[in-house]
Amino acid sequence: MGQQVLNGIFVGSIYALFAVGYTLVFGVLDILNLAHQAVFMLSAFFALVLVEHGLSIWLALPLGIVFGGLLGIGLERIAFRPLRGRAGSNLSGLISSIAMATVFEAIAAQIFGPDISRFPQGTFPDRMISLGSASASLLQVCIVGLSVLLMAVLTFLLAKTRLGRSIRAVAENPRAARVLGIDVDKVIALSFFLSSALAGAAGVLFGLAFNSISPDVGRSVELKGLAVIILGGMGSVPGAVLAGFAIGLVEVFTVAYAGSTYRDAVSFAVLFVVLVARPRGLFGQVAVREA
Amino acid sequence: MKRALLLVAFALGFACKDQGTNAPKQEGQAPSAASSSGGAVIGAALSLTGPAASYGAQQKAGIQAALADLPVKLDIRIEDDASTKEQGITVFQKFINRDQVSAIIGPTLSNTASAADPLAQQSKVPVLAVSNTAATGITDIGNYIWRDSLMEKQVIPGAFKKAQEKLHFKTAGVLYGNDDVFTKAGYDVMQKALADLQVKVISTQTFAKPDRDYNAQLTALIGGKPDVLVVSALADNAAAIVAQARQLGWKGAILGGNGFNSPAFIKNAGAAAEGVMVGTSWNSLSQDAANQKFLAAMQKTGVNPDQFSAQAYSGVLILAEAIKQSGGKTSREDIEAGLGKVKDLDTPLGKFSFTPERDAQHEPSVQQVKDGKFQIVQ
Repeated sequence: MGQQVLNGIFVGSIYALFAVGYTLVFGVLDILNLAHQAVFMLSAFFALVLVEHGLSIWLALPLGIVFGGLLGIGLERIAFRPLRGRAGSNLSGLISSIAMATVFEAIAAQIFGPDISRFPQGTFPDRMISLGSASASLLQVCIVGLSVLLMAVLTFLLAKTRLGRSIRAVAENPRAARVLGIDVDKVIALSFFLSSALAGAAGVLFGLAFNSISPDVGRSVELKGLAVIILGGMGSVPGAVLAGFAIGLVEVFTVAYAGSTYRDAVSFAVLFVVLVARPRGLFGQVAVREA
Repeated sequence: MKRALLLVAFALGFACKDQGTNAPKQEGQAPSAASSSGGAVIGAALSLTGPAASYGAQQKAGIQAALADLPVKLDIRIEDDASTKEQGITVFQKFINRDQVSAIIGPTLSNTASAADPLAQQSKVPVLAVSNTAATGITDIGNYIWRDSLMEKQVIPGAFKKAQEKLHFKTAGVLYGNDDVFTKAGYDVMQKALADLQVKVISTQTFAKPDRDYNAQLTALIGGKPDVLVVSALADNAAAIVAQARQLGWKGAILGGNGFNSPAFIKNAGAAAEGVMVGTSWNSLSQDAANQKFLAAMQKTGVNPDQFSAQAYSGVLILAEAIKQSGGKTSREDIEAGLGKVKDLDTPLGKFSFTPERDAQHEPSVQQVKDGKFQIVQ
């Protein structure tokens, strides 16, 4: 039981990290960036290549995160900015992000092949920590800790810094923000950087945690991420965090007590019920949208 | 990508098996044909590229090693089936119509075989499968389809029995992939084998091929405190499952299905693979003359032999024996008739015969991962 809770928190922290970035872009732009999962995947591969070239994971992880962020800036430039301001740009942006995801996946398949790639043995120190009746590896503890830390940093950034205020202003009303002297394009690009950096972090951590990276590794997480941001309330960062952990736990208990066949069914059934009972999601109610 | 994964899965599922009975010797050198009449033309459809390429490479080496000292002259033409049904069909058509072969070896994957073998059956060309392990869709295609590779249901019961003699387990926790024909079929066989051994299954859990996280299932299984974990999974999933089980503190034995039967499994699972037991159709340690001869021949090719090269090598011996049985005649009908007379042939797999259903019949063995390598459990 205790162990299952740990398992849930563990996988939930990765979902949350992934979804927080997802929801950030949605909050700012009202656009679903479906290439988020591809950034997640490419960053994992990037860190893998660094590790294979002898870099410590402690260096490869931050570099992977930065790499994800830079991909995000490129993504915004190519897939979203040219469409901005056109009629129906939300929908066309969605489509072009799918196109970018396909391109990224094809690149990964070309370079790394369709098979599962893995971090070399001993990339991360192999230590077990026992917590009462349950046990967790050092890696799992670090992943949960790091996820929480990153999400806390983001929350702080949004709430207390100048950049955070700009992001929230753009989210609220881009035109008004521009009138107030905010460089909207820059803020959007920075939002993409932050969002994609978080996807990158989630990707590298996922790759480490389950030791399997393949060009389509992001797909299942993408669906989970969508469920998380809808459950948490579209655009709400704290909502995404909570919903991430919630879905992780629901999933683990479903698998353990009902069988893996029902894993997604139960997760999405919970989502459905929440949407019927509370259409805006857990945290979507607030009048002022959080970035 | 999904498709590629699927293919790999198929490859792994199918490919593995066969281990030999202890082969006693047969009178008359195994492969001997009467006077070679210019050499029978045999086609070999092997997966030299694509997801099953690693198996195909082993098979090619095995065939070449067998040809080196065969008393009969065989003209074996190797073509690449690219691990796909489509290419497999093309290669079969070429063999049957253009090359006018007397018999066909292969194809590597059961998946390909189920599509290509019907062509040979129609044209009455004998096919000897040397790695197909699917229970259905191979030899049941028709009377011209034969195989020297054991099916999972032939390997697992024997393997489990030997494992129990060694480990004395009485209870088990079972984990299997329920979205894949081969892991599911493997599970069915395992379940029956465990019941026959009167092992109590404490709990059963499932997963799907795209899954990466098995912590929930493994925690539940380990919570039941079974004596052993029994897992039916393809190599990629298997490596992750074993690694995560060890991470959750599981120190007991793990019995695997055929999907584990791959060096890739050991490579990917690393230290976690130690102690994992798997059934296999080739006993690399067999001291039988036929096996020793095979090992020596393989050494010359520079390829480290595995089950696949052993099965391919045996396939050539079996065809040569079939030609010998039919008095050295090499027409399609002669080889077909000769195959029916192959009995207790000495091969690296052990004493080899066909069942009435034209499937392989010989004793499987058990291997265990020790020091990063599969080693036969005596």
